[in-house]
Amino acid sequence: MTDVTRLTATQVAALIASGEASATEVAQAHLDRIAAVDDRVHAFLHVDAEGALVAARAVDQRRASGEALGPLAGVPVAVKDIVTTRGVPTTAGSKILEGWRPPYDATIVERMRAAGLVMLGKTNLDEFAMGSSTEYSAYGPTYNPWDLTRIPGGSGGGSAAALAAYEAPLAVGTDTGGSIRQPGAVTGTVGAKPTYGGTSRYGLIAFSSSLDTPGPCARTVEDAALLHAVLAGHDPRDSTSIPQPVPDVVGAARQGATGDLTGVRIGLVREFSGEGAEPGVTAAFRDAVDALTKLGAEVVEVSCPHFQYALPAYYLIAPSECSSNLARFDGVRYGLRVGDDGAKALEEVMSLTREAGFGPEVKRRIIIGTYALSSGYYDAYYGQAQKVRTLITRDFTAAFEQVDVLVSPTTPFVAFPLGSRTSDPYQMYLADLFTIPTNLYGGPGISVPCGLSEGLPVGFQIMAPTLRDDRMYRVAAALESAVGTLTPPAL
Amino acid sequence: MAAISREEVAHLARLSRLAVTEQELDLFAGQLDVILQAVARVGEVVAEDIPPTSHSVPLTNVLRDDVEVPCLTPEDALAGAPDAEDGRFRVPRILEEEA
Repeated sequence: MTDVTRLTATQVAALIASGEASATEVAQAHLDRIAAVDDRVHAFLHVDAEGALVAARAVDQRRASGEALGPLAGVPVAVKDIVTTRGVPTTAGSKILEGWRPPYDATIVERMRAAGLVMLGKTNLDEFAMGSSTEYSAYGPTYNPWDLTRIPGGSGGGSAAALAAYEAPLAVGTDTGGSIRQPGAVTGTVGAKPTYGGTSRYGLIAFSSSLDTPGPCARTVEDAALLHAVLAGHDPRDSTSIPQPVPDVVGAARQGATGDLTGVRIGLVREFSGEGAEPGVTAAFRDAVDALTKLGAEVVEVSCPHFQYALPAYYLIAPSECSSNLARFDGVRYGLRVGDDGAKALEEVMSLTREAGFGPEVKRRIIIGTYALSSGYYDAYYGQAQKVRTLITRDFTAAFEQVDVLVSPTTPFVAFPLGSRTSDPYQMYLADLFTIPTNLYGGPGISVPCGLSEGLPVGFQIMAPTLRDDRMYRVAAALESAVGTLTPPAL
Repeated sequence: MAAISREEVAHLARLSRLAVTEQELDLFAGQLDVILQAVARVGEVVAEDIPPTSHSVPLTNVLRDDVEVPCLTPEDALAGAPDAEDGRFRVPRILEEEA
């Protein structure tokens, strides 16, 4: 039989639908692959072999009974460990939640189960999704399958590495400042951040509530669109969920794959098209822009003058929301409790628990957020950051009056060596320079591979107006048809 | 001028219920200073008349009728608790000893 772990999700689904392989065989093949390589990659924090095989057998039975199943029925998926999964350990990459088994599923997990996707397990991440390299996981880093001495991006490095290591054909991530797109870029995979409110946050462990967005990770644009269609849609349990129809992202991806972009206007973000990025990244990006032009797109330069303030605004807004959201980890209702010897009062137990349970990046952000929200500094920091958010939204609105999508490199640099940026947090923050504006605005963004620099993948970012996720899929699939997908070296 | 001192970091850690170590205080004070000076750039462009945006989706209060719906059982709710007693969360004592 074909090595199913090398196939795309679309191909795997076709194999199962035709009866050439059962969902159980496909799940087992991926579990075998995980067993063979994950000690080197460390993409997974928890492999749920038993749950996966039970789910796969259920799909096989439903199919045998003649039930009409969804297009991804039987396809394995890996889920970032910040998404709650009923009865399956969920840690958010933190010691404070070690061993916690949520009593409920996130909405997106419910939807994947209903669609017949088979969850293989939970993937590694920077603690509470705070980081750009997966080095801030309390359970050790994930390694980039392209070069095991380098980072796989963050915070969703585990999900992206699982794809690049052929441990799963699909994965789920969450994107607060680039945590789906940036790992996609540095592992040569596809990562899409849907429109904020287009996918439910119910059951995500909250980091920065006004920015967190779950979305698909895949090895091809069409696969990402198929998973996007499963995840997306209004959820009454999330007050920020948008009660509007999901655009036809799968149709858009298939249209784009024909390689015709006639009539599409693409905006090059002037402020993000050259300076600040490594020369190899810039070169690969420019080649990709040329490829889009050859497909018929009209490329124009657009200025978004306030994008340069997105990074500082983000690093005030996200920590502020995190300092509030993480207050719930107090050792009372779930998770770790330290120092409860009967002699210490609640407040001291709480402080000792949080000291022992949180890692350095989480503590840094909680302290920054507490500072930014404190009396006397609120107007100077948090209040100003919220105004910058208005200016960035205005930049996007003005740009989308001129063009259909905006493009930039996804990251300023290719995967950097593990440990090379952990001593300087602000240098680490620069990894998200190009991805953050879309989070502040709320629109969708996707990273698609566009070539190599120094033998490592470079990502191409496409940003679209709010609720026009279909546009970015069309352009992404067209680019993929022109430059192809990337194949990492054998592990 | 330093934007944030070691003492301020200690104060913020107390407010955040974080019992940080001396080494962490030394480390964080330097790092937070660099970060805060960098993010202070937000003040460069912002004029008084610009309205703040807290959220990209307009938020409204969501209300529902007060009817009973299925929810977690007490066993499920307590399953992840560090400590429980008589079907309730058991917490460390709330009041300090009188000095």
